[in-house]
Amino acid sequence: MATVKFEQAMARLEAIVGELEKSDLPLDESLRIFEEGIRLSKNCLKILEEAEHKVEVLVQDKNGKKRIHAFSSGDESDEPSS
Amino acid sequence: MTGLLRTSIEEQFSDVWLEGELSNIRTPGSGHVYCTLKDKTSQIRAVLFRSSALKLRFALQEGMQVIARGRLTVYELRGEYQIVIDTVEPKGVGALQLAFEQLKERLAAEGVFDQQRKKPLPAFPKTVGVVTSPTGAAIRDILAVLKRRWPTLHILIAPVQVQGESAGRQIAEALEALNDWGSVDVIIVGRGGGSLEDLWSFNEEVVVRAIAASHVPVVSAVGHEVDVTLADFAADFRAPTPSAAAEAVVPVLAEIVERLRELTLRTGQMMFRHCAFERQRLDAGIRGVTDVRFRLQDAAQRTDDMVDRLRSLLQHALTSGRERVHEAQRDLSGLNPILAIKQGLATVPQFSKRLEGQMKTILAQYCHRVHAILAQLNTLSPLAVLGRGYSILQTVPAGQVLHRASDVEVGQELEAQLASGILYCRVTQIVDDSPV
Repeated sequence: MATVKFEQAMARLEAIVGELEKSDLPLDESLRIFEEGIRLSKNCLKILEEAEHKVEVLVQDKNGKKRIHAFSSGDESDEPSS
Repeated sequence: MTGLLRTSIEEQFSDVWLEGELSNIRTPGSGHVYCTLKDKTSQIRAVLFRSSALKLRFALQEGMQVIARGRLTVYELRGEYQIVIDTVEPKGVGALQLAFEQLKERLAAEGVFDQQRKKPLPAFPKTVGVVTSPTGAAIRDILAVLKRRWPTLHILIAPVQVQGESAGRQIAEALEALNDWGSVDVIIVGRGGGSLEDLWSFNEEVVVRAIAASHVPVVSAVGHEVDVTLADFAADFRAPTPSAAAEAVVPVLAEIVERLRELTLRTGQMMFRHCAFERQRLDAGIRGVTDVRFRLQDAAQRTDDMVDRLRSLLQHALTSGRERVHEAQRDLSGLNPILAIKQGLATVPQFSKRLEGQMKTILAQYCHRVHAILAQLNTLSPLAVLGRGYSILQTVPAGQVLHRASDVEVGQELEAQLASGILYCRVTQIVDDSPV
């Protein structure tokens, strides 16, 4: 799930910054995690940019099948009858 | 007869209110509830048929004080009269309040509200499910806040009635449906403010259980801050209002983007700093190596230099030593005592000759001076005067030289010194005359 990936990516990015800031890593190791950090931050931005605002409605029809359709604020007609 | 009685009673007591204490409550499989209603002086059998019993929101308990409304009838099989209860209310507290407390107690005992059951909310949900009325104020608030904070969020609304008969079941089914959908990260379930009755669906057991059973974390947002429902107890997070629920489920995208930017920047800065640091160390290392080479060369040069200087110093020392030896030899030879002795020996005869001559001269001078003085003395000596016939008169015995006649008396003895010999004389006369 993208959300998990994003969350993990952010956490890893924070950890990488922390590691780099401690600066007791050997150079090649810090280069390695630096590259990882840059890759992660690009991915994170990509996830954020690619997401698109969608408001949808999940309804079940009479025979229990679920379907979704776009939501519009005048959606009173979608209220299931009791 | 029983039939007649029944008709009569049912006609006369078709709508009665009774107050009393419940006892002997029995609920057999049929779903009907049988009990006895009594006060201090009397009692009556009572029955709640299944349809009425199901409408009860609280459970009937032994000893509970209630107000019951119903109609009297006769149970012909036993020949007993009884009240068929339509509605029953607990005395004192409201029915809803009592039901709330009873259900809360029961579910709490089951562990439905346990803290350890609660799931953490995802930090960055991609899809948020919302269970609420599609037309209420709650959905508008939630959508507005979600869109403002995280504009690219996917929102999946499960529309339900939030009050009324079927609301509880709809809410529970919607929760299930969102769970089944699979890609929902967090669910907001709630509604706007209302009366205790309006909010009642969120106290229904089916809703509470559906919330507790949800695999997706659930945030409850029912009514206003002061409204507390059992749904709130079961939810993983209780938000005081629908807007607050929206704020709780998503961070502000702009802040996250900013944070991401900052982290990226810091990563770069740190790497740059690290590289610069390593570069410095490398430079220092290179300098160190170069330094060592320079120092070695320098040392070699200095060694050569020193050897040269030592050599020349040694040379100089040797030369000057030799010179000093020569000098000393020269000095020594000059100081040879033989020479002095020879020289001394040569001068001695000269000296003695000069001494001799000198001495003769000095002696002659002295002789001459002595003769002169003697001659001088001769002229000055009184004896010389005496030689010319003068004498010196002196008193005796005083030895006083006489100058005037008046200095003596007649008869006095005097001594007269002549050039040769002395005369002792006596004064016979004194002629005192003044010098002419």
